[in-house]
Amino acid sequence: MVVFFSMFCVGCLRLPETYPSYDDHEIADPVETGSAFCVETVLRAESLCKSFDSHKVLRNVSLTVERGELVSIIGPSGCGKSTFLRCLNFLEIPDSGVVTIADDSIRRNGGPWRSSDEALAHQLRAHVGMVFQSFNLFPHRTVLDNVMLAPRVVKHVTPSVIEAEARDLLAKVGLEAAALRYPSTLSGGQQQRAAIARALAMRPDVMLYDEPTSALDPRVAEEVLEVMRALDREGMTQIVVTHDMRFARAASDRIVFMESGEIIEIGDPDEMCLNPNDPRTKEFLGASL
Amino acid sequence: MPFTFHDPAEESHMAGFEYDIMQEIGRRLGRETQFTQNDWDGLIPGLQRGFYDMVADGIEMTPEHVDALDFSRPYYVTAERIVVRRDQAGLDSFDRLGGHTVGTIKDTLAERMLRSRTDVTLRSYDEESNAFSDLRNSRLDAVLLDGPIALYYGEADPDFRIVGPPVGHLSYGIAFRKGTNQDLRRRVDAALQTMVADGSLHRILARWNLWTPEMAEWTGDHSAPDIVPTEWERYLASTAPARGWSARFYRYAGFLPLIGRGALLTLAVSGCAMVLAVGVGLALALARRYGPSWLATLASIYVEIVRGTPLLIQILFIFYGLPSIGVRLSPFVAGVIGLGLNYAAYEAENYRAGLQSVARGQMEAATALNMTHFQALRYVVVPQAFRVVVPVMTNDFISLLKDSSLVSIITLTELSQTYVRLSSTYFDYFGPGLMVGAAYLLLGLPFVRLARLAEKRLAVSERHGGGRH
Repeated sequence: MVVFFSMFCVGCLRLPETYPSYDDHEIADPVETGSAFCVETVLRAESLCKSFDSHKVLRNVSLTVERGELVSIIGPSGCGKSTFLRCLNFLEIPDSGVVTIADDSIRRNGGPWRSSDEALAHQLRAHVGMVFQSFNLFPHRTVLDNVMLAPRVVKHVTPSVIEAEARDLLAKVGLEAAALRYPSTLSGGQQQRAAIARALAMRPDVMLYDEPTSALDPRVAEEVLEVMRALDREGMTQIVVTHDMRFARAASDRIVFMESGEIIEIGDPDEMCLNPNDPRTKEFLGASL
Repeated sequence: MPFTFHDPAEESHMAGFEYDIMQEIGRRLGRETQFTQNDWDGLIPGLQRGFYDMVADGIEMTPEHVDALDFSRPYYVTAERIVVRRDQAGLDSFDRLGGHTVGTIKDTLAERMLRSRTDVTLRSYDEESNAFSDLRNSRLDAVLLDGPIALYYGEADPDFRIVGPPVGHLSYGIAFRKGTNQDLRRRVDAALQTMVADGSLHRILARWNLWTPEMAEWTGDHSAPDIVPTEWERYLASTAPARGWSARFYRYAGFLPLIGRGALLTLAVSGCAMVLAVGVGLALALARRYGPSWLATLASIYVEIVRGTPLLIQILFIFYGLPSIGVRLSPFVAGVIGLGLNYAAYEAENYRAGLQSVARGQMEAATALNMTHFQALRYVVVPQAFRVVVPVMTNDFISLLKDSSLVSIITLTELSQTYVRLSSTYFDYFGPGLMVGAAYLLLGLPFVRLARLAEKRLAVSERHGGGRH
């Protein structure tokens, strides 16, 4: 994987080309919600700040994602990209800022997290699916049960309907044969595909991926990435925190580069790889050589 | 014995001269008599909390007792007697006990008398049978006990004999709660008076070989009707050391119904207590791990208090202490609550460890799937923790089964108490001990197997992988 990655980066630096520069001003500026909100926009994060004790992990991070986009977030370890992703569905509670997904919005002003906030977060999470680096499948349930559990207990859909849907989803990720197996008997790639099917079963508007292939070897990772590409072709909106530059460049509509809790640059994948605007982006991509 | 005890010939029946007297009084009052068994220590507390109306079990009408209780007129007067080993000489009066080790039952006239003697080494016992055991083993030189006990334990045994003249004077009365039930007490007094007058008390006592010159003096009844001491003879015959294996076998077989009943009660108390312990323990563990901080703190305080105090105290407190704030519980309920709440604290610690063993990512995955906190615990976290905890839980249940013997102090005749009663009736700690021990083992066996099975299954599921989590 390192070899692949190096080759691709060397290639992209050797062949400079000019792409129209992406206007990221409109996105980076904190915008009031309301009339300015575009119908096409599925997710909007505005000025998210988050500190762990005195350490500022996120400093005014804003991002808007359109329906059907695949956005990759890259950056050095500890830059806050995972925290940012987890703030989008309130697994991590941002200190301040606004998250809007579909038609639900939560504004934080640094106060305590109340149960009324948790109720709002519950509504908002209905729009979001999430996939973790360590899969986090439920080990005591079969793959099929993993996929069916949340629709059954959260949405109270009829079991027969859920099961038909769950089997369709497993077929889609290539796991129809593994439906009745337990997660511990599957390979990492199969587990991660099962985790994607599980998230899709809740019919999210947006899928969030937190380093979905970091625990996998490249060959197995490819199975997972293929599923994500297929979802992209179907028009699913996806945000992927990743270290896989090859995937980020080839599959993304946009790449977000973060460092020290800030978004340094948002751009077209090829353009960012070939001709980054910011010296820090250049340094990060260069160091990856 | 011989006051009220399980009939040695037919263990599931009660017998005793007090039992007969109370039956007769009941008949004369035109009332059904309901007998309740309790340990001697618990008799008066049980009366004071209204668990029964009256108590007749060799309760002496001492000044302290008369202060705390209301008494009927005495139904029996007697004295303390000295019992020694048959070959022992020279201890045949109260004065000559000086320089020797003497045993008696605690809180009796005999104990008070011996305590005033600085030259006597005093040993006080809960159970007369233990005092006689020590006398037999030469740990004691003599015992000083109420006349009927001296007769039934001492004179009835070929190893012992009663020596010297009666010492002191004492009366047994039927005790009532202070200041209540005056009407009942008057009617009991009247019944007793007619029983003295028509000689029925005399007949009952004579059957038990307990009609003494003191009684004749006190009742003024100096007649000597020709009454065969049938109960005394039956007692002698049934408690005589069983000769030969077959006699022994039949005697032990006769214990089975009692042991079975004790085992059932033990199982019922332990089972109910475990259900309570599991429920409360899980709630405590969840409160400590996932609850708001004030709730978590309360749960920890509960766990620390319960684990830091003896179970015995907790059970006594629940049964005898809570009535002072108006909470009256039946012995069974008090036993279940005492054991259950105690074990809940230990279960809570197990479950907390189990919950901690479930990876954090599991909760996050459930939350990301839009489950509520409760749903995540219910469907994802708790079932996984449960699998880790089952082997420990089964071990706890086996401990609980054994600790349930503590509820015998609040009048429940479970297995251990059955052992105490049987062995003190027959002076045989060996056979009943083996039988009761076997009963405990049988009760615990399914849980030992369950624990093994659970451990095996857990080991299998871990070998299957899951190391990624």
